[in-house]
Amino acid sequence: MTIHSLYILSKSGGLIYQLDNNIPTIENEKTFSYPLEVKLEVQNRNIMVVYGQRDGIKVGHTLVSVNGMKVTGQQLDDGRDAMQVLANETNYPINLKFARPKLTTNEKIFQASMFYPLYALACQLSPETRSSGIETIESDNFRMNCFQTLTGVKFMLISDPKQAGIDTLLHRVYEIYSDFALKNPFYSLEMPIRCELFDEHIKGTLEQAERLGISSI
Amino acid sequence: MTIHNLYLFDRDGQLLYYTDWNRKKQSGMTRDEEAKLMYGMIFSIKSFVAKVSPVDLKEGYLTYTTNKYRLNLYETPSRLKFILNTDIHAQGIKELLQQIYTQVYVEYVVYNPLCNLKKPIESELFAAKLDEVVKQSAAYASRPA
Repeated sequence: MTIHSLYILSKSGGLIYQLDNNIPTIENEKTFSYPLEVKLEVQNRNIMVVYGQRDGIKVGHTLVSVNGMKVTGQQLDDGRDAMQVLANETNYPINLKFARPKLTTNEKIFQASMFYPLYALACQLSPETRSSGIETIESDNFRMNCFQTLTGVKFMLISDPKQAGIDTLLHRVYEIYSDFALKNPFYSLEMPIRCELFDEHIKGTLEQAERLGISSI
Repeated sequence: MTIHNLYLFDRDGQLLYYTDWNRKKQSGMTRDEEAKLMYGMIFSIKSFVAKVSPVDLKEGYLTYTTNKYRLNLYETPSRLKFILNTDIHAQGIKELLQQIYTQVYVEYVVYNPLCNLKKPIESELFAAKLDEVVKQSAAYASRPA
């Protein structure tokens, strides 16, 4: 029973609500000797593994700490440049910690607005007549379910591929949305949802669904 | 249960082969434009999935479903992309796509010295074998109209 995150998109494709419920932290720490066995490169202002997967460190993971000292972007907390530290043989053996990068708020907004045209394209490229847009996307280790209401609002849940009954949960989320966002006089349509009651109910429902199963909601 | 159509793209996004079996709706554009749109969509879905996924992805297999059809994407390590549209209940499509790759593409395109790997496939033998493999699969079998 794992529900990773929830996205709500407005009719025009903007992200109006996002909640990370249960995102696993993937971190790996290892002591390296000179020369480094993984190839690192600066990408998107982060130091990223581009080649040489080993001991759980995967391509795409970013460097988060050097000898226990946090790395922000390319800089160590004491102001040194991490790439220069890594290039210097005298600093070895060195302890590096890599983690799978988490999406920043900006990236989430970006990804959400990217889903909107994908949904429309799936409709257009359909080999069958009168097809809807994407309802689920599945890969080997996660599944995304999307429920679009008649008014065009999209609810997206990211969960474990084995998780059953997501449809029920999505309908429940819709219900909470209509009860606590739409009926809130201070909420204006198409704007990000910042309603305390809505937040509380969504979190409660997701938690309950994870703990007791979706049939209990 | 039915299989609608198949697209095969190379690593540069060029459409190498297209064929359909039970396609009810045409997209209303030329094949070329449609292929570009399809490749663009697949490219975006892949990057979307890689970003949104809570864990590291393992394989190059991905599907999405609408209420009418299912798109199955199988990507080989050489970044050849096989895209097969089926109905939503079709089973064993991943195996079928692997079979198409290893037993049809490799056998009749890669092993054929007259086939240019960077050009659209014109081999009739490939077309015939592909048709045979797809029609033999359990997922094929036209739905009663």
